[in-house]
Amino acid sequence: MKYSYYPGCTLKNKAKDLDTYARASAKALGFELEEIEDWQCCGGVYPLGSDEIATKLSSVRALEQAREKGQDLVTVCSACHHVIKRVNDDMQNVEDIRTRANNYLKFETPYAGETTVLHYLEVLRDRVGFDKIKEKVVNPLKGRKIGAYYGCLLLRPGKILGFDNPENPSIIEDFIRAIGGEPVIYPFRNECCGGYISLKEKDMAQNMCKKIMDSAEGFGAEMLITACPLCMYNLKKNGNGKLPVYYFTELLAEALGVKEEVAE
Amino acid sequence: MQRIGVFVCHCGTNIAATVDVKKVVEMAKMEPGVVHAEDYQYMCSEAGQSKIINAIKEKHLTGVVVCSCSPRMHEATFRKAAEKAGLNPYMVEIANIREHCSWIHKDMEEATKKAVILARAAIAKVNLDAPLQPGESQVTKRALVIGGGIAGIQSALDIADAGYEVDIVEKLPSIGGRMSQLDKTFPTLDCSACILTPKMVEAAAHEKINIYTYSEVEKVSGFVGDFTVDIRKKARSVDMSKCTGCGVCSQKCPSKKIPNEFNRGLNNRSAIYIPFAQAIPNVPVIDRENCIKFKTGKCGACAKNCAAGAIDYEQQDEIVTKKYGAIVVATGFDVIKLDQYDEYAYSQSKDVITSLELERLMNAAGPTKGHLERLSDGKAPKNIVFVQCVGSRCSDNRGKSYCSKICCMYTAKHAMLIRDKYPDTNVTVFYIDVRTPGKNFDEFYRRAVEEYGVNYIKGQVGKVIPQPDGTLMVQASDLLDNKQILMEADMVVLAAAIEPNKDVRKIATMLTASIDTNNFLTEAHAKLRPVESPTAGIFLSGVCQGPKDIPETVAQAGAAAVKAIGLLAKDKLTTNPCTAKADPLACNGCSQCMNVCPYGAISYEDVQVNDHGVRETRRVAVVNNALCQGCGACTVTCPSGAMDLQGFSNRQIIAEVDAICR
Repeated sequence: MKYSYYPGCTLKNKAKDLDTYARASAKALGFELEEIEDWQCCGGVYPLGSDEIATKLSSVRALEQAREKGQDLVTVCSACHHVIKRVNDDMQNVEDIRTRANNYLKFETPYAGETTVLHYLEVLRDRVGFDKIKEKVVNPLKGRKIGAYYGCLLLRPGKILGFDNPENPSIIEDFIRAIGGEPVIYPFRNECCGGYISLKEKDMAQNMCKKIMDSAEGFGAEMLITACPLCMYNLKKNGNGKLPVYYFTELLAEALGVKEEVAE
Repeated sequence: MQRIGVFVCHCGTNIAATVDVKKVVEMAKMEPGVVHAEDYQYMCSEAGQSKIINAIKEKHLTGVVVCSCSPRMHEATFRKAAEKAGLNPYMVEIANIREHCSWIHKDMEEATKKAVILARAAIAKVNLDAPLQPGESQVTKRALVIGGGIAGIQSALDIADAGYEVDIVEKLPSIGGRMSQLDKTFPTLDCSACILTPKMVEAAAHEKINIYTYSEVEKVSGFVGDFTVDIRKKARSVDMSKCTGCGVCSQKCPSKKIPNEFNRGLNNRSAIYIPFAQAIPNVPVIDRENCIKFKTGKCGACAKNCAAGAIDYEQQDEIVTKKYGAIVVATGFDVIKLDQYDEYAYSQSKDVITSLELERLMNAAGPTKGHLERLSDGKAPKNIVFVQCVGSRCSDNRGKSYCSKICCMYTAKHAMLIRDKYPDTNVTVFYIDVRTPGKNFDEFYRRAVEEYGVNYIKGQVGKVIPQPDGTLMVQASDLLDNKQILMEADMVVLAAAIEPNKDVRKIATMLTASIDTNNFLTEAHAKLRPVESPTAGIFLSGVCQGPKDIPETVAQAGAAAVKAIGLLAKDKLTTNPCTAKADPLACNGCSQCMNVCPYGAISYEDVQVNDHGVRETRRVAVVNNALCQGCGACTVTCPSGAMDLQGFSNRQIIAEVDAICR
């Protein structure tokens, strides 16, 4: 199975691990991520101004490319996924944005949200299947108590992102079980890490990250995993420093026995 | 040619402010058949009706058009007036220039144009109207009440006291409904069971009331005054005539791990069970899904231990078919599921409960015998937080858009009772608004605040956070203080929204009674006919029509009963003459009309016809006027145009359309 793949800028520098482990694991699991050509930055933040289309265009270009190939579009970064999926929803449902974006981009066939956008976790759950992954695991992460850190962007707004319950999610916990680990459920797993506020009000971000990590630790987590480079940054820089934080793809690669390959 | 009078109503300024009524009069005068036209401020008033009556007499009118409000409002009024003047009432047509015109338009010129067109269509129709004679139908002097909660019981008692027979159908093993689960009732704090059980006993003992518990309405046919209803009496597996209600069977039953519905799953019951101590009838039922005997064929402990020999594993469901003149719907409510509200951690912590669960915890007959304790560790809670409007007044699609109406008051009651019984417990209530519009209601709430020291905070709870040590943290906002709050709690009580009972859709469909987007049954008129369904002969009692508390429910139940009694008191009903009629010469005997008729009113008979001199016997459609409701499904289905609706004939509809398009 081939998917169009949108890595996003952070995955090309700061968050290389998120990307390389995702690709290696995909190979091990028997699906291919075909990076779309000349993709541009998604903008990092979904533009809330409803009259603003310039910052939505890069997402539309990526979505249209996937459509032309007849492939679903896969992302790994929470922020990219959030932006692209919401822009796709706009293209499906908001006539004004759809018309203006198409007027600007002038595709041969106007784009109207035909592409299916999938997060890598969704591919694992719905296309590969956690049961299948379990079978392919060669190094089960036995005894590791892992807290899933969803953050705020991955699942919200629930109606548009639409792949798990934003207030009581289970997809990463099920993923952890599939790779042999023991998920630790703690109440702050879907709270915001502070995001970009870290640049302006460090104290606030520190306060938020500390709450998250204290709670995870209190419930017995020994490490946290995330799908978001910004969460990773905040938890590492502004957290309580007691729990290591990994990208979920790194643990997947480890469980599948392809981590060393990547390191080489 | 008809002699038609047109009467244009101002409805005060309701119509006249947007529609130039004088212009409508002028234009109407130019229509064919119109011999008289005038306008008046309130056509429905005594003086307005006199104008119609006088004009009919003086100008020898044969048809009347009233340009006014919706026919649902005043068609009957104007028909009666016409009848008084000696005109056949079915020669009156309404042009709705209020709801369909003045209320929804702003531009006077445009609205006037539309009013003229609507009048023109009605005039065209009257030109083709023919006098119709209503028939008569019998009234079966027995009422059916669906639902045996306080609403159903009250309606049944009132109808029975007026001397009519009533059957109550209750799907659960006992009557009593939600009220039987409650502890105390606001605003007087009398115990719910103490005021409900006497009513249950009275209903059971009443010679005119017959109660079918553990039974469901399966099929309804017929119409007002003459409904035929199939009731499924589900197999109890216990012979009601032999059982003494001793309860030994439940004690001996080895299958004891079934969540107790009556206690909202807070404890367990056995497979053979009586739902609660005051149940009526005091006869157990076997829950066959969980009974070992039914699942594996082995066991039979209840039968072995029953001294009365009342256990009957062979018992089958039984269908009882009965006739009723009136049906009262009293199907009640449930609390919503909270799976859309996981931020309150209801599914994650045992100490987050709903208010209805708290009722059971505080009830002396409940799972903790009335001791308020945490379900996680059995300890007495010291900090209790109440969250209001969970799923009520919801602007996204997770919950309900409406106010559940009862939560503010029961929460004040819970808070007060807890502070009274356990004075060292802190009680905090988070609210959006406190709504207490009822007799002695606000005084009650003020007592909770002022005398009992309940801490009310205006603001919503964002998250309930289970802590590693088993306690809870509540994250909320204080809108009056403009600050974020993080407070400790060891129990959180959610005022979950109420919604109509799940089965109401099924029942509404059987009754052809309309329901709204929230599954509440719709009343015939929101203000003037609040206890009647638009479907004749169906009456609404209790929360099935909209959220309400006990006093309101009882009042409405009484009102529904009075309406039902008013119907049952009549010996005969006039039937609507606007029924379908088949032209035997045009009918080709295809049976399509019979197949689409929702009322089973059409059959086929061999009839002698004279087709332009050719006499022969043909199989043609015949309409039973008593059953036909005039829906028109057959007229649009008939491929040969043989079916016509009297009062709404195909010719008339076409004439109306022509008049509109002219």
